[in-house]
Amino acid sequence: MVTTTPVEEELLRLAGSVPDPELPVLTLEELGVVRGVRVLEPGRVVVELTPTYTGCPAIETMSADIERVLRGSGVPEVRVVTVLSPAWSTDDISAEGRRKLAEFGIAPPRPQGPGGGPVSVSLAIRCPHCGSTETELLSRFSSTACKALRRCTACREPFDHFKEL
Amino acid sequence: MTATTPALTGAALALGDDALVLSHRLGEWAGHAPVLEEEVALANIALDLLGQARVLLSLAGDEDELAFLREERAFRNVQLVEQPNGDFARTIARQLYFSTYQRLLYGRLAAAGESPLSGLAAKAVKEVAYHQDHAEQWTLRLGDGTAESHDRMRAGCEALWRFTGELFRPVEGVDVDWAELEADWLASVTGVLERATLTLPEGPRTGAWRAGAGRQGLHTEPFGRMLAEMQHLHRSHPGATW
Repeated sequence: MVTTTPVEEELLRLAGSVPDPELPVLTLEELGVVRGVRVLEPGRVVVELTPTYTGCPAIETMSADIERVLRGSGVPEVRVVTVLSPAWSTDDISAEGRRKLAEFGIAPPRPQGPGGGPVSVSLAIRCPHCGSTETELLSRFSSTACKALRRCTACREPFDHFKEL
Repeated sequence: MTATTPALTGAALALGDDALVLSHRLGEWAGHAPVLEEEVALANIALDLLGQARVLLSLAGDEDELAFLREERAFRNVQLVEQPNGDFARTIARQLYFSTYQRLLYGRLAAAGESPLSGLAAKAVKEVAYHQDHAEQWTLRLGDGTAESHDRMRAGCEALWRFTGELFRPVEGVDVDWAELEADWLASVTGVLERATLTLPEGPRTGAWRAGAGRQGLHTEPFGRMLAEMQHLHRSHPGATW
């Protein structure tokens, strides 16, 4: 592990403060996708970003937003690189991020812990509208690849569930 | 950064072309799927595959040149993924065969230590698990559904059966036990089909022509038409951007 300098920590905080383009209630830090910031030399910075899904189209907007924010704070040369390994997991979403997702009407992913499979989890999924655990799956894939479409059998409202990955 | 070897390039091209071609086929369902939820599901699966294809093809060269400027004989995908969509049941049969293969293959590559392929595989295997689950649930629902859906699901599985043998021809640069992979695949597919009140199709799992198949650049007749549609915009407007 390379030690980070105070400047890098400040730039990491700035990069992490960028809102997610598709879920603007979340910051990239809360989503857990900013892996690190390195200052190569004064004025030259590399940001490591990891995609939620390999084909996530939001990654290009995220990169552009990070570049804009860091340039705006006085770094002339910003390069955002995509890293795949170690693979992002929904366990990387912070507790605050989960709370915000639920508040936004999206059931947050259930924690998987080590060795948990993406489809082996069986904890109940709570309706983000009324809080009932009586919910049913409508479709494994919803408005984006990272979400499934569910319906609450208590309040009858459909809602998105951020799938465990 | 790991140095690119010819074996890695070849492996990335084979697996990348599989993902790219199936992604395009699934994309053809947009506007035609039986229900809106499935339209979205198939498009999402296609998007996952496209993301994998971009990473893999970038290991082999320029992703756009490879996708849009190669001729049919230069593609290294298995023939299974280029087969036309057919009805929904046939698409699900293709998904069942291929997602089971991809999940088992990526799972092994992910566990095989540090390499550009294993990094992608570790990421993609989690996505593919959802593709396999999707295909499995639909196979059960159609196979164990009405007489009509049962017949269509059986017909889909049988029509594609002769393209499944090619999946297990060793690919240079992909260091897995292919015989074991095939045995695991057969066990998995057999289990799903039996629960769906179907049986494993009979008959040969390769075509009659022994000279080779998709991995050698030999493709079936519908593939040329698919490529023409996939490539024509890029070829007609070189360098165009949105």
